[in-house]
Amino acid sequence: MQRTVFRNRWLPYLLVFPQVAVTVLFFFWPALKSLQLSLYRVSPFGDRTSFVGLENFTKLLGDPEYYQSVVNSFVFAGGVTLLSVAGSLVMAALATQKIRGLSVYRTLLLWPYGIAPAVAGIIFLFIFHPTYGVLPYFLSFITAYEFNWLLKGWVAMALVVTATSWTHLGYNIAFYVAGLLAIPGAVLEAADVDGAGPLRRFTAIVFPLISPITFYLVVLNMVFAFFESFGVIDAVTKGGPGDATMIMVYKLYKDGFIGLNLGSSGAQSVILMALVIGLTMLQFKYAEKKVTYR
Amino acid sequence: MSRTTTLLRSAPWACALWAAIALAPAPASAKTEIHFWHAMTGQLGDATNELVKQFNEGQSEYVVKPLRKGSYPETLTAAIAAYRQKQAPHVVQVFEVGTQTMLLSGAVLPVYQLMKEQEIAVEWKDFIAPVVGYYSKDGNLYSMPFNSSTPIFYYNKEAFQKAGLDPSKPPQTWKQVEEYSKKVIASGVAKCGFSTGWPSWTMVENMHAWHDQPFATKRDGFEGLDVQLLINKEFGVMHLGRLAAWQKDNVYSYGGRAGTADPKFVNGECAMYIQSSALIGGFTRGVKFQWGTGQLPFWGPPYNKATSIIGGATLWVMKGKPAAENRGTAKFLKFLSESNQQMWWHVTTGYLAISNTAVKNLEAGYHFKKFPDQFTAFAQLTKGKATPNSQGLRLGNFVQIRDVIEAEMENIFAGKKAAKQGLDDAVAKSNEILKEFAAANKR
Repeated sequence: MQRTVFRNRWLPYLLVFPQVAVTVLFFFWPALKSLQLSLYRVSPFGDRTSFVGLENFTKLLGDPEYYQSVVNSFVFAGGVTLLSVAGSLVMAALATQKIRGLSVYRTLLLWPYGIAPAVAGIIFLFIFHPTYGVLPYFLSFITAYEFNWLLKGWVAMALVVTATSWTHLGYNIAFYVAGLLAIPGAVLEAADVDGAGPLRRFTAIVFPLISPITFYLVVLNMVFAFFESFGVIDAVTKGGPGDATMIMVYKLYKDGFIGLNLGSSGAQSVILMALVIGLTMLQFKYAEKKVTYR
Repeated sequence: MSRTTTLLRSAPWACALWAAIALAPAPASAKTEIHFWHAMTGQLGDATNELVKQFNEGQSEYVVKPLRKGSYPETLTAAIAAYRQKQAPHVVQVFEVGTQTMLLSGAVLPVYQLMKEQEIAVEWKDFIAPVVGYYSKDGNLYSMPFNSSTPIFYYNKEAFQKAGLDPSKPPQTWKQVEEYSKKVIASGVAKCGFSTGWPSWTMVENMHAWHDQPFATKRDGFEGLDVQLLINKEFGVMHLGRLAAWQKDNVYSYGGRAGTADPKFVNGECAMYIQSSALIGGFTRGVKFQWGTGQLPFWGPPYNKATSIIGGATLWVMKGKPAAENRGTAKFLKFLSESNQQMWWHVTTGYLAISNTAVKNLEAGYHFKKFPDQFTAFAQLTKGKATPNSQGLRLGNFVQIRDVIEAEMENIFAGKKAAKQGLDDAVAKSNEILKEFAAANKR
């Protein structure tokens, strides 16, 4: 490996400065602020603050509703990651076949990524709404079961998971298409000659070769689902019915910005941050061993 | 070398110049600006702007600048953030559930005090009691009622006709609601009997007031911060138990929180609907079939009928502004409270006029004869017997409490919890929230 040496002592610092500045300003500083906030009880207008130590945390940890939101978050993030990564792999595999109009398909597949989560939520709302949605209307011909997500928690969860996954698809597909195209044709041909069928070729060669991409996408989609899925939930279910789709990041928003309980909201953001950092570290420690980098 | 020094020297001047440009007042108007933040959208936003325009054109000293800051919670959050940066607007519209938060904020100038300071006479006695009561403390009005409404009963006259019911007679009791719903469903003219908007507001808060039942201890929170909810008592359990049972056979059809159930009535899916009286305006334009209104259904003995309670929003005056600007604010609020503006606002939007004079003038102008539906809400608020249970609710963190109640209502309607269990859970969670609020607001 070649070692780069800078002549000027300060140049490397200057070059990394913008990145460090952005990270400090938009990550460390707000993170420290929420850490500080989590130790206080603040009146809505901020005129009265009192130090309460870890009370905000102990309250949360003694609250079954909070655990429910943690469970919901894992169900949600797991569902979104599985659906969007697996779904995009299938679509990317199809989009790398030799078919006519390939570039058109590829372009179209990227489109969902250009749609803001809130807008995606609204689109799904219109399709699935029990009263005026298109899909429940057609489903009613097939089954008498009412997919009423205004009352049925699991339907609501399935709906927000699908909508969120859909918004991630384009991004994931782009990575998979690039990964699949980078696989040398010679390797696949060799397998072909050895008599491997399409499925065997995929499991023995293609999947291991793109495993770094899969790993990257799993981590990224999971983090994304934990933090940035706010728009879809807010547009479609607002955490309901009951608290069936109340995921951690939405509860944090509701308690902090609607309920004006900034202390608890700060504590929740600290817990969420710790959880996601921990989860990502675990993934790097265990899952990465199964990844083959070229 | 010399170039750098000039540059360095000129830098502060350049800054000053830019600052001067940025800060320069728009084409020198000597008018005092009054900033007014609100959350009114669509037709309601237009009506609000129209009122502001009339005020601005009617005098030359002040100019009110209206600005929509998003939803109610967003407007409140924005005002709080601005206040903490010492950039608060003069007037901010806050929804009724934010009343306790504002009262205890220490950031507001009570309206009665503002008017006293500015020596502007307001005939407080002329205001409709259930409206001002909600926003008063010790008999003094703290915020100016702006858009107030109360839930009323809507019904589809055509569906009634087809089902063999008298389209001129809305049901009076819950028993009739059940009976009519079954007829409507049996005759196939509608899929469900009735639905509701704002579930906690219409079915829990208002039903308790309407039946003269306490919603919370300490006179519904008016008399202290150590408050506990009382909605898991006999009445609440009975009412929600009935709704849950009706949900099973479509007599009732839950349609979500806020106004998400509106399409159920508008599309003709449900024949009856309980929603804010402020929807009269929208329904008049948007509903294709003949519809009518009635008072909220009543359970009958052993309960006594009181009045319903209001919802909507009021205008709060933020403190810390110079007296000269407060004068403009006071004049603007006075203008809004005058009978002519109240009548116009009511006729245009369907929100309640807040002075008895305005109501009398509307009656004298045969407005209610022409639009009897517009009178339903007034009748409900003024003809009933006002009791301590029907004065309104004063709870801290009420937004969260509403969420808690609605989440448990959903669990009850979905059959996941029995009515008693759901309400017990709602009360336990709400009491925690109230405790938290009391602790945060200790002086």
